[in-house]
Amino acid sequence: MEILQFDFMQNALIASVLISIICGLIGALVVINRMVFIAGGIAHGSYGGIGIALFFGFAPMLGASLFALVLGAILAYITHKNTNRLDALVGALWAFGMALGIILTDLTPGYNVDLMSYLFGAILSVSTEDLYAMGSILVLVCGFVLLFYKQLLAMSFDAEFAKLRGINVTLLYFALVLLISLGVVIIIRAVGLILVIALLTIPPYIAEKFTNSLWEMMIVSALLASLFCLSGLFLSYTFNLSSGASIILVATLTFSTQLLLEKIRLR
Amino acid sequence: MQNDIILKDVSFNYENAPILENINIEYSKEDFLAIIGPNGGGKSTLLKLMIGILKPQKGMVSLFGKNPSDVSERISYVPQDTFANKGFPIQVIDIVLMGRLSKSKSFSFYSKKDKAIALEMLDKVGMKAYAAQKINALSGGQRQRVFIARALASEAEILFLDEPTASIDTAGQIDVFKLLKKLNESIGIIIISHDINVAMNYATKVAHVNKALYLHDVPKAKNIAIFDAKALSSTHICPIELITATRCTHLHTDAH
Repeated sequence: MEILQFDFMQNALIASVLISIICGLIGALVVINRMVFIAGGIAHGSYGGIGIALFFGFAPMLGASLFALVLGAILAYITHKNTNRLDALVGALWAFGMALGIILTDLTPGYNVDLMSYLFGAILSVSTEDLYAMGSILVLVCGFVLLFYKQLLAMSFDAEFAKLRGINVTLLYFALVLLISLGVVIIIRAVGLILVIALLTIPPYIAEKFTNSLWEMMIVSALLASLFCLSGLFLSYTFNLSSGASIILVATLTFSTQLLLEKIRLR
Repeated sequence: MQNDIILKDVSFNYENAPILENINIEYSKEDFLAIIGPNGGGKSTLLKLMIGILKPQKGMVSLFGKNPSDVSERISYVPQDTFANKGFPIQVIDIVLMGRLSKSKSFSFYSKKDKAIALEMLDKVGMKAYAAQKINALSGGQRQRVFIARALASEAEILFLDEPTASIDTAGQIDVFKLLKKLNESIGIIIISHDINVAMNYATKVAHVNKALYLHDVPKAKNIAIFDAKALSSTHICPIELITATRCTHLHTDAH
């Protein structure tokens, strides 16, 4: 296993596992709450934060995280209000964030080498600090899910009923969206903001068909995400391919194979 | 007789279109109240106002003498069977357990007692054998029983149901209503029904809602007799007979 000799490879493998568990937990909640479009809006919109960070000269991931939290809060507010034309509003915020990011990078003097890594991910250049950040967010997500598991389940299944049982659905929903925002930004580090939605949604889509409960769905999603990340990484290393795209290709191929097998089985 | 629910001069608009106007009704939990009326007449809105999911623009709603959202743990609710979230991976027992949620037990997992109560309620609605089934493997009627069990698990004082039998066949409907009638011995039942027969057969009071509200008493003797006739023979009962069997024993509280 010469692949393991390199520090960058070890970091990439650890990052893959950490991110996969985050994906499993958050992705399952995104899918059962039908928030894929919202997660997409946060992921793409967070590019605005990267632009702001580059322009004012601080850490891009910090910029992306803060901006994603603001976007998340706005999106939580408008989705919670159940406004008409919700999808149009999410789409507008999605585009606004990206446009802001592009304009601000344009205005930033000098050429920015790192740009592509935010669009397509750079799991092979994950630093030890990044790993700490991923670990912290994983702990946060795990804690949140463990503490509020039954409330999250009740809200996702039937928010009106949960509210009648005395659960503060508004607060829980905001907390969930903010946590999704943080999770999405940290996953961007690995697969990039263009591909994050695939890694967030494909494992839960496959998992929900084979599981009987939310926690099983989360575990199976995390395992599938790990499988996609690790095999994608291996392919990327072996054939010198882009890592983020390799991971997503493995995921989408598995997904389509599963759908195909299901079609055949149901015939 | 105390009044567990009081609505006083309640009006509700949706985007400036009036849904309900000057509604007055008093309800005590000894009664089995059926809310009937045309589609879009405001039946669901009335129910949601009573339980505090919606707030009226005008007028006063009181539940057990308090603001409905402050006492929502003392009531429970069976929604319409609009099971849109199809792939949701959840077992029947976990849905019923949601009835055991409360503000005070925020962080803990469900207790053994919660689980025992959930199973008991599943037994009550005849669904105990399905406890470990995934919800999307059930039929509409079975799902509705599960939702009734979930509401019962709350050990609520009043049960609100929004067309609970819309997707159940006739035999299944009679079963559900017999169950509700029995439950009404100890708890209040308020039900929206599109089926006037059912309302007349099982309810003690019928509220007809179409922007305004008219409350009718159902005479006790008639109600049992018709119920028996329907259960025992297959003879057709004309809805007109049922309507005339019900006499208005009071003045209409017309808003206009």
